[in-house]
Amino acid sequence: MGSVTRLKPRDLGRLMVSHVTLAHGGGGKAMKDLIDDVFVSAFDNDLLAPLEDQARLDLGALARHGDRLAFTTDGYVVDPLFFPGGDIGKLAICGTVNDLAVGGAVPLHLSCAVVIEEGMAVETLRVIARSMAETARAAGVTIVTGDTKVVPRGACDKIFITTTGIGVIRQGLEIGADRARPGDIILVNGRLGDHGAAILCARGDMALESPVRSDCAALSGLIGELLAAVPGVRFMRDATRGGIATVLNELAAASRAAIEIDETATPIDEGVRGFCEILGLDPLYLANEGKIVIAVAPEDAAAALAALRAHPLGRDACAIGRVATGEAGRVTMNTIFGGRRIVDMLVGEQLPRIC
Amino acid sequence: MKYVDEFRDREKAEALIREIALVVSQIDIARARPINIMEVCGGHTHSIFRYGLEGMLPKEIELIHGPGCPVCVLPMGRVDDGVAIAERPEVIFTTFGDAMRVPGSRKSLMQAKAGGADVRMVYSPMDALALARKNPDREVVFFGLGFETTMPSTALTILQAEAEGIRNFTLFCNHITIVPTMKAILDSPDLQLDGFLGPGHVSMVTGTAPYHFIARHYGRPFVVAGFEPLDILQSIWMVLKQIRDGRAEVENQYARIVHDEGNAPALAAVERVYELREFFEWRGLGSIDHSGVRLREAYARFDAEKRFAIPNVTIADPASCQCGEVLKGAIKPWQCRMFGASCNPETPLGALMVSSEGACAAHYQYGGVKRQQGAA
Repeated sequence: MGSVTRLKPRDLGRLMVSHVTLAHGGGGKAMKDLIDDVFVSAFDNDLLAPLEDQARLDLGALARHGDRLAFTTDGYVVDPLFFPGGDIGKLAICGTVNDLAVGGAVPLHLSCAVVIEEGMAVETLRVIARSMAETARAAGVTIVTGDTKVVPRGACDKIFITTTGIGVIRQGLEIGADRARPGDIILVNGRLGDHGAAILCARGDMALESPVRSDCAALSGLIGELLAAVPGVRFMRDATRGGIATVLNELAAASRAAIEIDETATPIDEGVRGFCEILGLDPLYLANEGKIVIAVAPEDAAAALAALRAHPLGRDACAIGRVATGEAGRVTMNTIFGGRRIVDMLVGEQLPRIC
Repeated sequence: MKYVDEFRDREKAEALIREIALVVSQIDIARARPINIMEVCGGHTHSIFRYGLEGMLPKEIELIHGPGCPVCVLPMGRVDDGVAIAERPEVIFTTFGDAMRVPGSRKSLMQAKAGGADVRMVYSPMDALALARKNPDREVVFFGLGFETTMPSTALTILQAEAEGIRNFTLFCNHITIVPTMKAILDSPDLQLDGFLGPGHVSMVTGTAPYHFIARHYGRPFVVAGFEPLDILQSIWMVLKQIRDGRAEVENQYARIVHDEGNAPALAAVERVYELREFFEWRGLGSIDHSGVRLREAYARFDAEKRFAIPNVTIADPASCQCGEVLKGAIKPWQCRMFGASCNPETPLGALMVSSEGACAAHYQYGGVKRQQGAA
């Protein structure tokens, strides 16, 4: 890989129009200009620069990080594209980085495929691409290959982004949903439901104003610190769509164990609580984009919490419950009121209640 | 959270539970059979499950989850009519969120939306009226649902549309009224109810007068109850004390919201805009006289049933459904032969599985921990 010739700025196409048209998806000069000017210039790195049809990765370089390749993909669609705390570009990087990191992998390289609706402002696209680039840089990953399509108005909603990522898992780490044991402690790295509430508010059709910001963040740094302190972490998963309730159910099912959480220990922002009270939603099912559910052996819990809390993205980390011996696959919550209820998988989507 | 957490105080709950247990020990019938208390309102059912109240109460108390979930009792034929309106190309059909999933005989509104109908979720009828202003070339229809709680806001929206001369806004009116249905339940021969938790938000509009017949004529204690868990426990305690003392009265636990005389401006708007229908169909309970309202003749131009041709066919509930028996407290949700297997929140067959306020859906979602402990 030593002989890469870097493209000089003058070799890159320049986009001279203000809005994307179908011509930019046509495969000709207009498309090259769009890709060069918006994406290549923002993502700038040695592996992307040759602009071959594929990125070429040195196996030896990968193998220095560990002994297993982690490989994941995710599509990103969000309305609105920009919301308090993030945007679709940041989301598209963080989501895939987090999916790698929760398996114990060091995230390394991403691909990025975008589907753009004709008529989109080039400036909006630039802002999204810059956001992706900044987020990727901060997370220590490079975007090394990509694809761009433009579709007629109405064929997609403004922009859809798919990122695929690879990372490498360090020797000795064994993290899995089937590994939780009775007695294990369940941790989260902070307040829950911020992303879901922020998006619902940002859509504006509820006429509710709220200071809630999305928690969208790349967690590879935080997870790296956690695994350095506690290599024996049993399970980690980011609690995105479906919220922590869904992840806990997945863990309970795969580990054939019961899980008990305590409502009083479950951290939820006052603004999110108020929002849920008004609409009749349950914050346990709201999406997060920077929160992980972790299971550790009881003797590791203190060290894990300390490692999480030492990192800015884990300051509010806490233990919310435990793996128990009850009915396998069942998640229950001890309510704030002293009662007990089942926390089941969400069916469909949460709909606001009539009254 | 201020004004919320105070009503979820665990220590107060424990004290109330002790008081409840004490009163139960002084009630004779509790030695022979469970004391059956019906919470009328779906909001109560939701709170009871959300906070796990059933598992906290003495085993002598059975809570019967009543018919007060307007989404649940919406019959299939009316959903079909709504879908038929929604599928018209000129129509923007607006609805509260939890009505989207209610199954019709062919499809739900959510399925109609997926098929291309312009169905939009709104949070208030005023949002629907705003859509009508913004889309003068479309017909905006609001799916009016709910008891006296939501009736006034729909009525005021109609009055607003009239004042503004808006012509492309109509109401598909499915508002219902709880009292005739309670009467029907009380007249049912297979019923054994010892007292009621009365609907809090409905009573905020209607006041407490409409319930006096329940205490006087049927001799059952009736306590208008709030929706926070402490509200519900206190109301249960008040019902139990009436039973113990041999009283049957209408009491108001939710006095911070509900005034005995109700809300006069809201009632005036309701009176002005609606009239009683001769009968209305309830899912699970069948046709009940004078249990629904429609727009008065003076507001006929806002009536979606008059503007659009609708199928208006009554669709019988699936024969296998035992919703009616659950609603009347004759069986528990999980005793229904359809519960869980062919009837679940994803593919609800019956009314009570539809909304999270429905007894069966609440049981399915939040689970009967008490039942499971009992079975274990």
